[in-house]
Amino acid sequence: MPSRADSMSLNASAPLIAILKDPGSARRLSDDNWSELIASARAANLLGLLAVRLRQANIPLPRPPRRHLDAVAQLSERQCQSVRWEIHCLQRALGSLRVPVVLLKGAAYAMSDHPVSHGRLFGDIDILVPREAIGDVELRLMIAGWTSGKSDAYDQRYYRQWMHELPPMVNVRRGTVLDVHHTILPLTSRHAPDARPIIEAARPLDGFTSIRVPRAEHLLIHSIVHLLHDGELPNGLRDLFDIDGLIRAGTRAPDFWQRVEAAATELGLAAPTALGLTLALQLIGSPVPPETIERLHLRAGKASSPLLHWLYRQALRPDNEVERDVGARIARSVIYLRAHWLRMPAHLLARHLLYKSAARLRKTEGSAAGAA
Amino acid sequence: MIDTTLRIAPVTLRLRSPFRSVRAHVDLFYPDAIDTRRTGAFTDFDIHIARGAGMRAWLRPQAQFLLDHGEPFLPLPAAQAAALFEWGLNWCLATRPLGYLVIHAAVVAQDGDALVMPGVPGAGKSTLCAALTFLKGWRLLSDELAILEPETARLHPNPRPICLKNASIDIVGAFPGARLGPVYQDTRKGTVTHAAPPSQSRAMAEKTARCRWVVFPRYVPGAAPCCDEIGRAEAFVRIAEQSFNRDRMGETGFHALCAMLDEARCFEIAYDSTERALELIDAITG
Repeated sequence: MPSRADSMSLNASAPLIAILKDPGSARRLSDDNWSELIASARAANLLGLLAVRLRQANIPLPRPPRRHLDAVAQLSERQCQSVRWEIHCLQRALGSLRVPVVLLKGAAYAMSDHPVSHGRLFGDIDILVPREAIGDVELRLMIAGWTSGKSDAYDQRYYRQWMHELPPMVNVRRGTVLDVHHTILPLTSRHAPDARPIIEAARPLDGFTSIRVPRAEHLLIHSIVHLLHDGELPNGLRDLFDIDGLIRAGTRAPDFWQRVEAAATELGLAAPTALGLTLALQLIGSPVPPETIERLHLRAGKASSPLLHWLYRQALRPDNEVERDVGARIARSVIYLRAHWLRMPAHLLARHLLYKSAARLRKTEGSAAGAA
Repeated sequence: MIDTTLRIAPVTLRLRSPFRSVRAHVDLFYPDAIDTRRTGAFTDFDIHIARGAGMRAWLRPQAQFLLDHGEPFLPLPAAQAAALFEWGLNWCLATRPLGYLVIHAAVVAQDGDALVMPGVPGAGKSTLCAALTFLKGWRLLSDELAILEPETARLHPNPRPICLKNASIDIVGAFPGARLGPVYQDTRKGTVTHAAPPSQSRAMAEKTARCRWVVFPRYVPGAAPCCDEIGRAEAFVRIAEQSFNRDRMGETGFHALCAMLDEARCFEIAYDSTERALELIDAITG
């Protein structure tokens, strides 16, 4: 590892990935190496996972980096607690509707105490409800204090007519953000899977009548399509480690891979699932059986494109590296366009991007912010 | 040009900048923080005060605050580059999780006994803090940030220049031993300058202190001086409002604040001049 940060190699995440996979190698780090490791873990939003892995491996930590690691682990626990409180509030708000409310991503990991939730930081809460119940759900949420965060008429129509979710809802008292989905990909999208199998198979959570957690294979597939269809990748590497954690926990069940293959096929998501599993295998060494990838390709009717592989390998690096690498920046732009391309047909896409760039021009620059 | 490692307790940071004003700021306010032996030490923050890029650099030069290659907030005019370092460092300490409960308060100490003055802006805490430091020989821990360590319930010093605004500049400038830096006009906070902490305060930067008194100061023009002792529960609620990260610290933060107040007495004072305020503080801490 180079000694000072400005000479930080374009692959600063390589030591981070190496230590996450083999925490024992952290014993050999110098103080300087620790600074870089903490900085790149923070940039990748993986500092909490690093803290957990080092703690589990009983690695003796020098005091200065330990402060950062302990603090982020504590923040993660605190956020987990907030998520649990938020889910109790959702149960109270939506219980009377008697519709299944399926937690997605972070909320699902936190509520099922999945290993992926340990050390993870949480953002918005995502839930999935049957499409026919979406109106009632929105009304109940509004009565309980959630309001629509997007007030602009265009944004409202964008979400309601084209997307797979309501405009983000913000709780007026707690300021927390809730995304209400009725399927897992936009309605206009090229793969627009029916979310019913996910909702029907989700298992109820102890002590909650409405709240459910998706099956392990659905959590994995959703995490993959979310990574591959979301045009912005600030958390790309973190999402890949989520996928890795879901794989490692899932494979404890002997029929896990059969269920993944069946579910991906049923949802019409064999191709993206194959790409996601390949990336996890190649970039961070997740234990994915090659036969599973082959069978998914077979069911998708095509092998995945080497260009896409290359693009994701470039773009999935943390922000601080991408900023200084032209190739990675281009890869991110292409992925952004591709994500929108997948999301809606060309004429809608052109209209949307045109509107958004005009809106950006109208927006005036914010004022300088000095804190405290 | 500057590229150096600075030990500014309780953190170590790397500071880089092409601005001469930033170098001069460090020479004036942190002469003993530059530690050449620390090259290769663990750095908590990698800070770069950079020149704004692009067309704008020619029309209206700007200074950017870069932290570990991210830019957490918008740039300021280039003339405020050194002030941007101070505000940016406050932001780092207040928002980066380091395991400390960070409260918006001035802290001074005598021996190991600290006086904490939480303040809403405009309450006069910086002026009062400067008066206690320069006129009464209290040791400065910080004029902005009370940094509380949950495990020990002790306060960490962060002896940095005292930020003076508008009318307080002339008042503090007249104190014996006060050295002021450049004056920044038209900042978001009005006219601003910094006063260097006394060297004894800097020399004791690694010595923590125990909170003995909490005082909520309030400057009221024309008011008769008054001092009321308040309950610790009330003080808790009012300090909690002034904490940057209490919510993110969860239960740890709650217990830390309880422990800080355990052996403290809490007061509210109102005054119309620095002399009256110093008399009130004398009576409380004497």
